[in-house]
Amino acid sequence: MPDTSTKIMLKDNDTAVNTQGVTYIINPYDEWYGLIRALELKEAGIATDVHLVTVGKADTEPVIRKALALGGDQAVRIDADSNDPYQTANYIAEYAKSVGYDLILCGKESIDYNNGTVGVMIAELLDADYIGFATKIDIDGGTATVKREIEGGEETDTVSLPVVIACQKGVAEARIPNMRGIMAARTKPLNVIAPAATTAVTAITSYEMPPAKAGVKMISPDDMDQLVELLHTEAKVI
Amino acid sequence: MSVLVLVEHTDGTIKKKSFEAVQYAAEIAKQSGTSATALVLGTIADSELENLGTYGVKKVLHVADKRLNDLEARAYATALITAAQKEGSKIIISLHDINGRAVTPRVAVKLKAGLVAGALSYPDLSKGFVIKKAVFSGKAFAFVNITSDVKVITLMANSFQLNPGTGKATIEKLDVTFGDKDFGVKVKEVSKVTGEVSLADAELVVSGGRGMKGPENWGLIEDLAKELGAATACSRPVADAGWRPHHEHVGQTGGTVRPNLYIAVGISGAIQHLAGVNGSKTIVVINKDPEAPFFKAANYGVVGDAFEVLPRLTEAVKKFKQHK
Repeated sequence: MPDTSTKIMLKDNDTAVNTQGVTYIINPYDEWYGLIRALELKEAGIATDVHLVTVGKADTEPVIRKALALGGDQAVRIDADSNDPYQTANYIAEYAKSVGYDLILCGKESIDYNNGTVGVMIAELLDADYIGFATKIDIDGGTATVKREIEGGEETDTVSLPVVIACQKGVAEARIPNMRGIMAARTKPLNVIAPAATTAVTAITSYEMPPAKAGVKMISPDDMDQLVELLHTEAKVI
Repeated sequence: MSVLVLVEHTDGTIKKKSFEAVQYAAEIAKQSGTSATALVLGTIADSELENLGTYGVKKVLHVADKRLNDLEARAYATALITAAQKEGSKIIISLHDINGRAVTPRVAVKLKAGLVAGALSYPDLSKGFVIKKAVFSGKAFAFVNITSDVKVITLMANSFQLNPGTGKATIEKLDVTFGDKDFGVKVKEVSKVTGEVSLADAELVVSGGRGMKGPENWGLIEDLAKELGAATACSRPVADAGWRPHHEHVGQTGGTVRPNLYIAVGISGAIQHLAGVNGSKTIVVINKDPEAPFFKAANYGVVGDAFEVLPRLTEAVKKFKQHK
């Protein structure tokens, strides 16, 4: 997805996002937390193989190589372009069924479409449990112990594998690939597979930019009474 | 055909954001010439359920199974499917919060339904079933058309003003046959945050950045937040440095907030931070650097030293509350 510093611009009568000059990155929640935790589990001898799976066309391969530079045994690119979470989840779930993973980690959401739905849809398609907003993951035998954010607090759960877990801050610490990783990534397998047949059930019809702010009203730092007054009478927020 | 809305509660009390979801469902039902039904799970008093009528639902389905007092996402999904079948619901709604996001995508898969996550508008029925949502973490909006027969929506809280009317909903008990995998996640330990305002639901937020210089100065942020009844938040460098807990980090790689008022103190306003807060209705920026980019996104700006301005603002809020 576009780098976090990207300024979004639209094209074609606001029906598409202008991708010219945009730098692409791995979704930070997937990379910093999901991928790194998977690598830690392998380093600890708990996971035997780590596979990186993405849905995308050939132009996503440089980003996949960057992910492989961090670690992982092989990558799989499902050769499709999808904006529909249900379709994306179907592609990944169909592939996952063919391998039979014990643990599927993903980020809590993507920073482009911000749905946060693909992980839980994969779990449903695999008839597996799902834990979202995870902040800590431990695996012992066939059981995962997961700390996660809940409405108004946090809780620790146990769940049997296979399970899908969506990760956020806390699960692992971000890493930077080293030279050895970057070299190794060049020769790691990157398998391209055809997407399963599914139909999209949503479509983006157009985009819109947020309205420009009317302009900032400056208040003297000595007159906070005026600010409070404006927040009450003008903005009506207190 | 009806509209079905999942209503959450906390230990028997329904929160404001859930009323918003009910009102949203009732309005969609009205637009589509049908009625809305609410589904409530777990232990809750009838008087609390009847009250949902003031937000436009005629009927409440109640599954009084105490195993549902905590989030059991698969069981919730089973209950929603049961209710949807009973009511013939073609439109299913929840909030776009931790619970809704764990449940409704499962329902969407089971019903092969298109889902819009984080809806900010009513569906535009003149163009199909087109709903506005934020994309690129608030840097733009997308209009998404749901093309399947059944439609699932998660509503972004604090998108609509509450407009309660009168009326009581009728309550019907609903029996649900749960599957053997519906309670697979076992809760070992729960710790609820009490006494402070939860950031995700907060209407007012006071947020601090590197300009606060260190964790020892956060009392100034907390004093103002306490006076306002606001939640506290912070920028990414602050969370990364360990000055504040990670769950307070707002921005493109942290949480997104959409309060009525966001007060940013000592935050320069990097594009990643703005992405997480630009859904706020009113933004106040306090920064000693008049060139800070955040001022361009602000409604009100104060150029000054946070250590002097914050106590003054806290005092002004205190005075305002006394004379109100």
